[in-house]
Amino acid sequence: MSLDTVKHAADTPDTGQPWAELGLKEDEYARIREILGRRPTGAELAMYSVMWSEHCSYKSSKVHLRQFGEKVPENDAMLVGIGENAGVVDVGQGYAVTFKVESHNHPSYIEPYQGAATGIGGIVRDILAMGARPVAVVDPLRFGAADHPDTRRVLPGVVAGIGGYGNCLGLPNIGGEVVFDPCYQGNPLVNAGCIGVMKHEDIHLAQASGLGNKVILYGARTGGDGIGGVSVLASETFDETGPAKRPAVQVGDPFQEKLLIECTLEIFREKLVAGIQDLGGAGLSCATSELASAGSGGMRVDLDTVPLRDATLSPEEILMSESQERMCAIVEPEKVGRFLEICEKWDVIATVIGEVTEGERLEIFWHGEQIVDVPPRTVAHEGPVYERPYARPEWQDALQADDAGKLPRPESSAELREQVLKLVASPNQASKAWITDQYDRFVQGNTVLAMPEDAGMVRIDEKTNLGVAMATDGNGRYAKLDPYAGAQLALAESYRNVAASGARPLAISNCLNFGSPEDPDVMWQFAEATRGLADGCFALGTPVTGGNVSLYNQTGDVAIHPTPVVAVLGVIDDVTRRTPIAFAEEGQLLYLLGDTREEFGGSAWSQVVHDHLGGLPPAVDLDREKLLGEILIAASRDGMIDAAHDLSDGGLIQAVVESCLRGGKGARLIVPDGLDAFTFLFSESAGRAVVSVPRSEELRFTDMCGARGLPATRIGVVDGEEVELQGEFSLPLGELSTAHEGTIPALLV
Amino acid sequence: MTTRIGVVTFPGTLDDRDSLRAVRLAGAEPVSLWHRDKDLKQVDAVVLAGGFSYGDYLRAGAISRFSPVMETVIDQARAGLPVLGICNGFQILTESHLLPGAMLRNNHLHFICRDQKLRVENAETAWTADYETGQEISVPLKNIDGRYVADERVLDELEAEGRVAFRYLDGNPNGSLRDIAGITNAEGNVVGLMPHPEHAVEPLIGTGRTDGLAFFTSVIKKLVTA
Repeated sequence: MSLDTVKHAADTPDTGQPWAELGLKEDEYARIREILGRRPTGAELAMYSVMWSEHCSYKSSKVHLRQFGEKVPENDAMLVGIGENAGVVDVGQGYAVTFKVESHNHPSYIEPYQGAATGIGGIVRDILAMGARPVAVVDPLRFGAADHPDTRRVLPGVVAGIGGYGNCLGLPNIGGEVVFDPCYQGNPLVNAGCIGVMKHEDIHLAQASGLGNKVILYGARTGGDGIGGVSVLASETFDETGPAKRPAVQVGDPFQEKLLIECTLEIFREKLVAGIQDLGGAGLSCATSELASAGSGGMRVDLDTVPLRDATLSPEEILMSESQERMCAIVEPEKVGRFLEICEKWDVIATVIGEVTEGERLEIFWHGEQIVDVPPRTVAHEGPVYERPYARPEWQDALQADDAGKLPRPESSAELREQVLKLVASPNQASKAWITDQYDRFVQGNTVLAMPEDAGMVRIDEKTNLGVAMATDGNGRYAKLDPYAGAQLALAESYRNVAASGARPLAISNCLNFGSPEDPDVMWQFAEATRGLADGCFALGTPVTGGNVSLYNQTGDVAIHPTPVVAVLGVIDDVTRRTPIAFAEEGQLLYLLGDTREEFGGSAWSQVVHDHLGGLPPAVDLDREKLLGEILIAASRDGMIDAAHDLSDGGLIQAVVESCLRGGKGARLIVPDGLDAFTFLFSESAGRAVVSVPRSEELRFTDMCGARGLPATRIGVVDGEEVELQGEFSLPLGELSTAHEGTIPALLV
Repeated sequence: MTTRIGVVTFPGTLDDRDSLRAVRLAGAEPVSLWHRDKDLKQVDAVVLAGGFSYGDYLRAGAISRFSPVMETVIDQARAGLPVLGICNGFQILTESHLLPGAMLRNNHLHFICRDQKLRVENAETAWTADYETGQEISVPLKNIDGRYVADERVLDELEAEGRVAFRYLDGNPNGSLRDIAGITNAEGNVVGLMPHPEHAVEPLIGTGRTDGLAFFTSVIKKLVTA
């Protein structure tokens, strides 16, 4: 086939083009022709099609995401907001932290190992591109039913991919989640988060400015992997009869990424770049168009200079390739020599592929012939925006009317005991050590807390002990019952987890996993969840720094539960004051903080015991969450508590069992006045935590709670080798640990 | 004069900064060494840190063993320079034939990261003198290729000469023969082990123990008194 140059395109307006196969709608194709005043060349069509895909353009979600920029709480910490590779917040002492969560859901279903591995690789490069040293990763994961045969295919591959790639990068994996639910069968959610640290003055942005500055592509050679992965994978719902799409998944090389990290950090230290961007979804199409549209001039790229793994690739394929471990930098001409030297030191291939030009066009050449001539903003930022129709689903009322409070409750002490054991052994509530032990949590030597703690925490300054914490949470069951409340509950839980570790919540990132935006029911869930999250962040004073949307998580007509995952970042001035979850000291007093009501809608108990989902999720009270957070942070700072565990899915008993097993100590519990044993153990009322208080601190602690108006109820004592509920049952730690720790290995080994 | 301890960075080394920190906390001067340099910068001892040098491609440690820095390390180790190989560093030492045996993939085929109990079997090497023989310590273990193997004759020889330096306790995590976690050469200056003492040098960080610090204080004492 002869080269489709700009001139050729202008001369042959009637040539048919495969816009539909590339995922573009008819009106989108018409708009491209209108922008260019002619038909696009093949290369231009490739660029527009990937950049205007749902994954890259956020065309269905944009109108709702705007709220995150509009409902911004007063917060001095924000240094860089939404729109860059990742947001940046001030954590004090001259340090800034950047963090983000992204999805790699569809690739991980098709090829679990590489899908998950390259998910880590992508998020780490996003963080790196901000100028930060990546310091930790987290992985919120969701799979189909734990005992489904396909979960045995997907989960071990995903976990091995995260470990195989992440461990090789030298980044501690400090948190995340593993959730099972049949709704994720065929649509597992593989989200990955990363935290990076830098000094304020080291923040780098993705922009190409300065006439004559060079465009340098460095890292791995470009190959045929992941071509069209973005548009094909993220924008089409899986069709069970469709062709295998394996070649669309990228293949990762963590060793190359590790070199890229060290090389890039050395380049930053010497202040050699004017702008930088990682190559992720949509590869060079994305990097060149985003860099050029953020800069002051245009850009010229000679595509035939790109180092290739496969010499037969066409220019369109090179533009669309999502080969991993590549970065693109804008470098002043006099610094190019030193830049290339550092790349050579780290055995990283680096090539000048173009330069910043006068004018406002992105021009790409192939052996001297022009194949792209576009206004870069029209590619990167001015894609289509859809006001998708949405409506509250017809079934929503019936679902909410199906109250979980009406489910039969245990009628005897023996039945209560049996249900506790069943709960802590259920796949969602069981220990995930078999999974998390496959991740390196120690590397870099700064890990203060890691799973199964409430939040992961790393030290960022060895002299002052400044640290940051992060938790990720999401509960698709709650969100299904009420997406507005569900998103706020995810936020509240993550906020609470960070506060329980002793850190002060500062800002959030999110990963919004939903079904098809073309379904008005799903779009309503999305609209409600984003509205809830934006309102919640405003109320808690934690701005949204950025995030990611993953749509089309559905097979046929069946969508996943709406699953907004929220990552809260917190700061702690002195990591030695951190609060672990372990009940480790005999005789310490256990206090339940917050109010416990009969709230079982969407609860773990209703799922485990009755396989039920209905009613309303727990009530949200964000003022209460804030107060609870303040108490937990103050108590940690002033040494009033030795352990704290947030209460969420599984309720009080789940938290107590986890804390006892972690500390190797039992607990004697008493049902407080005004509650029945069942509600006490299994209610999932929000805004609660359980804390372990040294006897010497009891008065000071309860005085503080009393003065601030936070209900604090003494519910027992750390004691012995059993978890005992007085007058009801006792469970030896050995029996609990067998139940809690045996489930996942039994399903997966 | 302060003891200078070098830590080698190969492409793909991960725990070099951790090892430098451990050296500093133990009271010596940490010195970064680069894989392409034959010059050891006059250090008194060398640590080969953990990680995935060269991506563990071909075989863990197999490519690093041929790097310029290793030429000098191998020569000087034979002349008595104290060398500690941790995890990937241990793999490089076996590939270099400074220590016998080899590491295979864990018998359960998974990466494993956990706090691991060990018994110090030989407290007379350059890197273990601050321990007592028979002492039980706990340090993090994290690897996928950690199963120590050697033929029976070599294993018997190691046992007979007291060259098994560390043994796994409370469950063998990877199928290593005779529960071997670490070994020493006959002279006691070259020690390799799979677990990570450099991750157990500060309270609160990692496992919250400092059981690994004595590796580094041992070698400092030996060098000062030598």
